[in-house]
Amino acid sequence: MTLGTFIIVSVIKIVIALFVLLTGVAYTVWLERKLVGRIQNRWGPTRVGPFGLLQPLADGAKFLFKEDITPPHVYKPLYIAAPMIAMIFAVTSMAVIPIGDWVTVAGVHTPLQITDVNIGLLIILGITSIGVYGIALAGWASNSKYSLLGGLRATAQMISYEVALGLSLVGVLILSGTFSLRGIVDAQAGTWWGWLPKWNFFQGQFVAFFVYLMAAFAETNRVPFDLPEAETELVAGYHTEYSAMKFAMFFMAEYANMFTVACLASLLFLGGWHGPLFGPTWLQEILPVFWFALRVFAFIFLYIWIRGTLPRFRYDQLMKFGWKVLLPLAVANLVITGLVVALRA
Amino acid sequence: MNPVATPFFFYFLSAMALISGVLVITRKNPVHSAIALIFTLLSLAGLYLMLYAPFVAGVQIILYAGGIMVLFLFVIMLVSVSRVERESQFNKQWLVGIAATAALGVLFILVYAKGKSVFPERTVQLPEQLNTQQVAVWLYGTYMLPFEIASLLLLVAIVGAVVMAKKRI
Amino acid sequence: MVPLHYYLLLSAILFACGVTGFLIKRNIITIFMSIELMLNAVNLSFVAFAARWHVLSGQVFVFFVMVVAAAETAVGLAIIIAVYRTRETLNVDQVNLLKL
Repeated sequence: MTLGTFIIVSVIKIVIALFVLLTGVAYTVWLERKLVGRIQNRWGPTRVGPFGLLQPLADGAKFLFKEDITPPHVYKPLYIAAPMIAMIFAVTSMAVIPIGDWVTVAGVHTPLQITDVNIGLLIILGITSIGVYGIALAGWASNSKYSLLGGLRATAQMISYEVALGLSLVGVLILSGTFSLRGIVDAQAGTWWGWLPKWNFFQGQFVAFFVYLMAAFAETNRVPFDLPEAETELVAGYHTEYSAMKFAMFFMAEYANMFTVACLASLLFLGGWHGPLFGPTWLQEILPVFWFALRVFAFIFLYIWIRGTLPRFRYDQLMKFGWKVLLPLAVANLVITGLVVALRA
Repeated sequence: MNPVATPFFFYFLSAMALISGVLVITRKNPVHSAIALIFTLLSLAGLYLMLYAPFVAGVQIILYAGGIMVLFLFVIMLVSVSRVERESQFNKQWLVGIAATAALGVLFILVYAKGKSVFPERTVQLPEQLNTQQVAVWLYGTYMLPFEIASLLLLVAIVGAVVMAKKRI
Repeated sequence: MVPLHYYLLLSAILFACGVTGFLIKRNIITIFMSIELMLNAVNLSFVAFAARWHVLSGQVFVFFVMVVAAAETAVGLAIIIAVYRTRETLNVDQVNLLKL
């Protein structure tokens, strides 16, 4: 592939990925309102369009046309930069996530991924860990006590759970022997006895999977770990002082992070895009993307379901859970996986 | 594919590292210093990538930019910074300090300028794809004992931090 | 391509920056950050030398430096909090008693 084709193909992929991600984010908000509504015996949005399907558009328009208030007491440069940092890093991690196998479009054979890096997983971990700055700086720059408390809580929570999150992924890395996300998915191809897929989840990584799931909930500040923005105690936490599009950026960043985490869970533990393939060639090229999207949707659904079910943790419970339950579990899983792999070799 | 526009990236990243490095020590507000330091760390991670050390670059971002600096920011948020800004920034020996470091910097630059011939004009590409595996082989093979000692050091640091920061244990 | 000694020059200047900050600043947090700056400058030299000699020892040493930096930060920041709690200052010139 020449440099010119490479750049054109990359730009097309980036545009498509951004469009799909942002639309997905908008409709996840719709899905969440609808599902939580049904869980609480309400209807959710129904007025705008059929089933309220145009609600995200209306919300977007509202965010755009609202007055953008900058309170006089804030530290301006960081106050403006913080939502951008959160948004940029939430979207960037999409760059290394593969959503399907190789396809051939118009004579160009290309993977369904913006770029395949040999340290893909490390990059995603790094980007998520830098994403903390958006929230921490928002809390500090807002110069108000609720925001500061929200920022402090977010920082402490994300540092604590990042340890468990990172350690839970090491087991998967030991099994597949590569950092490249495509390589990890390729290592999960095939089945045992013709019916049990060789997903990492079935290769003994179920403890790691649950640790990852809990830590991921905490990393994305979702219920039951949404202490940084607990509206009953901190008004709205780190985004108390934000309005209009700046608030929308935090909001979108949170949902984009949910997508990243869901994609990562599907890729690392549930076999990525592997699934039954049938039909003509074009269908066989599309089906992996469908299977992958199905898994991601299942995770998003789980997120919303848990939000509709569980109450919020207390702060000391949160810290205790992270350090005294999740971390030992992750370490134990790591040791046992290492032992099994060493004995098998 | 071969690397593209290497000199541009080198000059861009090193300019970023230098400017933010100077900002770290000249800004009054510790939060600004911390943000400048984050920029230095990120540009250094970019330079590691250019030196064929992708794993080091990844760990640099996760550990330094995402761990240590967040901890710094956390502590800065806990203590009040408004008073620090009003105080004089430099201590009484600042003139001597700057003279000493200027001498040190000149010394370094002289050493490297003299020893230039030791270094080849172009770096030879290390096997980038296997970088992580090879680092692991070195770390768990040749450097096994230092690795264990380092883990012990971390344990001591954890205990020490808890003992010092907690009001009552 | 960029000659290797450019990296070392960059590392030297960053190190000098760190030393300057360490020597002249009064705020203890900035002093700690200067130390981090110095450690990173050294890391850059390590990686550059690893690329020069084709031996990964340099990259491995970076990890040890990072471990030391992490340990130092954890303990140092704990000390800062303890000092701030009792003396309510971050100025190193005012922390001049042997006990807290």
